[in-house]
Order: sequence, then C-alpha cells, then structure tokens
Amino acid sequence: MTSISGRAWVFGDGVNTDVMAPGLFFKAPLEVLAAHCMEAIEPAFAANIVVGDIVVAGRNFGVGSAREQAPMALQHLGVGAILAESYGRIFYRNALSFGIPTLLFPQAGEIVAGDELVIDPLAGRIENRTRAKMYTVAGLPEHLMAMVSAGGLMPYLKQRLSAQGAS
Amino acid sequence: MGYSIAQKIIARAAGRDSVTPGEIVTCSVDLALLLDSGGPRRIWPRLKELGAGVWDPDKIVVVTDHFTPAVDAESAAILQLTRDFVREFEIPRFFDMQGIGHVVLTENGFVQPGMFACGGDSHSSNGGAFGCYMVGFGAIEMTGVVVTGEIWLQVPETVRVNWSGAFGPGVAAKDIMLMLCRELGINNAFKVIEFGGDTVAGMTMNERATLTNMAAEMGAETGIVEPDDTTLAAIRAGGQHPDAAALDWCSDADTDYEAVHNFVATELAPQVAAPHSPANSGPVGEVTNVRVDQAYIGACVGAKLSDLHMVAEVLNGRTVAGGTRLLIAPASQQVIVDATTDGTMKILVDAGAYLLPTGCGACAALGAGILAEDEVCISSTNRNFKGRMGANSASVYLGSPYTVAASAVAGQIADPREMLV
Repeated sequence: MTSISGRAWVFGDGVNTDVMAPGLFFKAPLEVLAAHCMEAIEPAFAANIVVGDIVVAGRNFGVGSAREQAPMALQHLGVGAILAESYGRIFYRNALSFGIPTLLFPQAGEIVAGDELVIDPLAGRIENRTRAKMYTVAGLPEHLMAMVSAGGLMPYLKQRLSAQGAS
Repeated sequence: MGYSIAQKIIARAAGRDSVTPGEIVTCSVDLALLLDSGGPRRIWPRLKELGAGVWDPDKIVVVTDHFTPAVDAESAAILQLTRDFVREFEIPRFFDMQGIGHVVLTENGFVQPGMFACGGDSHSSNGGAFGCYMVGFGAIEMTGVVVTGEIWLQVPETVRVNWSGAFGPGVAAKDIMLMLCRELGINNAFKVIEFGGDTVAGMTMNERATLTNMAAEMGAETGIVEPDDTTLAAIRAGGQHPDAAALDWCSDADTDYEAVHNFVATELAPQVAAPHSPANSGPVGEVTNVRVDQAYIGACVGAKLSDLHMVAEVLNGRTVAGGTRLLIAPASQQVIVDATTDGTMKILVDAGAYLLPTGCGACAALGAGILAEDEVCISSTNRNFKGRMGANSASVYLGSPYTVAASAVAGQIADPREMLV
C-alpha cells in the first residue's frame, strides 16, 4: 500500500453514520446517497471533495448504525484515508473491510481544514506539509494488514477461497 | 482473577480455555441474524462475486423489518430479493413481515445463554439480555460470516453496571439507558456493558432487552445480562428448550472488571435526551415548554408489549392533545396480537393513537411517520441524531414510553409521574 496525500476535511466529535448515509436515501443508488453524505453538518462536503482528500475527525467518528453505506459513501466520494481520535466500533471495522486506511490519530485536533497531509498507513506516519509537522501513530493492526493491503474483505475472501480450492 | 460471562463465551467460541482483553481471536458463530436492510440485498451479490454459498442455513435467521411493508418499487424489489434469497439457500428460519428482527429473535427463544451470535444491525446487542454474546456488524462483515461462519474480535473489557432498588412510578429501563449515555458516555468501544443488581434481576426480559439494546448507544461492543430463571422461562415461552447448563453461564465472583458502577433506581427521575444525541440527556423536569408535533412509539427498543403497557397506563381515560399526533408502530405482529387480546390496543386507539404497521419505520426514516422541516418529535426509539427521522431541521427528543405518552397528552414534553398518581 502506497502513501496517500490529500487535503484535510476536519470534523468534530461524534459524527454519526446517519449523517454520512441518511436513511431518506437508503433505497437510492450509491451515487445519489453519497451526494447527501455529511449534508446535515457540512453541506459543501460532497460537492467539493476531491479524490484523495482525507477525513480528519475527533472522538467516536462513525458512531451509531451499522450501515455500511457510511464508509461506502466516503469511499465513493474519493476519501483516501480517515484519521480520528477514536471510532464507532462497527464503522471502524466496516471502513477497514472496504480497504479504507483508517487510523487512530490522537492529535487530530492539530489539523486545520485544507491542510495538505501525506499518510503512510502501514508505518503509521502522518505528515502535515502545510505546517511542516510529522506524526507517528499506531499503524494498521497487524491482523488486519493483510486484508486492508488486499483491498478489503472481498478481495481477501477471494484469496482465502481460492487458497482453499487449491489445497 | 476470574472471567466475565462475555469473556467465557468468547473463549468458548474461539476454542480457547480463556481469553484476555485486547487480544485478537476468531470466533465461530452460533447464530447470524440477517435483515432486509443489510442482509440478502447486500450480501447475495457478494456471494455471487465470490462464487460462494452460505456456511450453514440452519444457523441463519432472516427477518424483513426495515422496508416493510413495500411502499414503492425499490422497497418491493428489496423484499422480493430477500424472499428469493431464503428460497435459494433453503433457510428454514424466515420471518417475513412478522416484526423487528431483534424482537422476533427473542420472542421465539432463539437467543440463549452462552451463544455467540451476530447480526447485521447495530442493535443486535438487544439479544445480550438473554445471556448470550450478541453483537452487530456491517453487511460487508456479515458477508464474511455467511461464507465462513467466523468473525474476528478484539476481546473487550467488561464494565459492570449495578442497579439496586425499585423504580418509582413512571420510570423504566429506558430512563436508565438515557442516564447512562450521559454518565458513562457514548465512547465505550471495545467494552461490554454487563448489567446487574436487584433492579435488573426484577425486570422482565423486555425491560432487560431495553438495557442491552441501548448498549449500542453507549458505543459499546455489546451489552449482556447474566441468565436466570426469568431468562429460561422466556426461552421456553418462545417454544425453545434451554440447555440444562444454561445458568452456568455467569461471571465469576472475582471477575476482573475494567470498572464497576453502582446506581440506585429509586432515585432515578424520568429522563429525556434533547437533540441530537442520546447522551444529551437530563431529568424530564429540565425540559420545559417544548411543544410536540409528533409523539412516536416504535422501534426494537420502544414498542414491545411492555412498552405499549406503559403507554396505555398513561393514556387510560385521556386523549392525545390537539395539534399533536401520536404514532404507534408495534415492534412485532405478536405484540399486536397480545396488545389486542389484553385490551391495551383499545386504550391506545380510544385515546387517539394512530396505528402503523410493525417494522423499523420512522426510527431511521425508512417507513411511515417521518418528520417535516422544523418539526419536533418525542420518541421511544434509541437515536436522535440530526436527520435520522426525516428532515435535517427536525428536532427529536428521546424518552421512555411513559414520557412519550404523557407528552402526547400534554402536547408538550411532560413528566409522566404527574399522570400516574
């Protein structure tokens, strides 16, 4: 997995999965749902995000519903990585299962919207180019590296099933 | 040091003698709950992509609840696909339009002490009331469960929460959870909340399920209650036969809890959570002059038979205020049958309640009863996030069924104790 670089979108504490994937658009195709991602708290997000941009947030990012459309919407919009002080447990697992580099970042509060970040998710290195500052955080958990490196749970399951078929 | 019931179940499911908080284990799944929302609709295309089938149809329970009844072409197609999936994979336990999955599971006695169960919905923690380890996952991970019958887990810490004493009039398990979301916070990932004490021991299974259901709101891995004779009686009432050793599933006296909290139920006032978080809660008396457009009784946590009984206790001989609507979406068909048989339903409709079909409904803005711009709702559901029940500008307050009913009568958020004297 190579490094990821992009601009920071900064959110506060407790951003829940309902605002990432509103129930009103559950039956709609992903591109329609994604257009309303974060609308309730940051109306400019979906229209202005650029592929590779990085979501930075406070505590408990992705709290609430198990809906996988939350990380799927972020991924659809091009989010390259997620950095938060802590995560809602199902969101965290879902995001990694879709292969989105999702790191714990205790210093998330030091990042300002629009900062240029470069992230090495395996090594746990975060560089803030705008402010010339380097951070070292916990890399992806070892037991999940294989899955995230494969691109997520689906490619990982394919590998596992084909290995079983070959043995 | 001893082990908590959660750690014992995880160890058993992982094929280990014991487990330590923090370590990563892979657990075998005894029961997987799939719902129409994150179930076949999202999993079946992935099975096709993988060229895989389901690991064990007998360990899967499928329930339609999020998109029932069909109201447009999309919801009709989702329900049709769910029915086709059940036929294709010959899944014997299918409950179509019978109620909300978490409630259907417990009504049928399917979740039992010592089981390791998972569901494709965050409120799967509901099942923990029956002394099982039941936890929610997203559809992508439920795909893995359906294919392999396994899931990885980081062994959580256990936090013990004891409640002692009897509730005063108009206070219920829901008030405990709104209070705990405030006092213990909503950032409890990698923790199991184990509920105990004589208050919990004296609760019905419906009330215990309210506790474990809303462990999800605390951000916990799950919630759990050690089983007792009440648990076993409910499983038998569901037509199942609990294991003879079911009550052996309990926490050791010297369990190494991460923390132990002790609270007194006698002192608890009805609680209300203001927009837009369940943790934004306080005693009902602190919420004054909040006019209510809609009072909503619904969802897995707030429309069981015991919840409708609370509503009827308040509504008996009263009527819903002009300018306020009271919507009731019972949690299951069985609840509708029982509430009709015992006379509860007549009290509700005589008071002016508007009955909705069973299902997840307006709780997540999926069914009937969603909110318009700037409307104010008080709801017996479990979440009041911005936009969750409809318009982003709507305000949702959470309360117990008692408090929602009292507010419907008053036309503004009201203390139910004043109507129960």
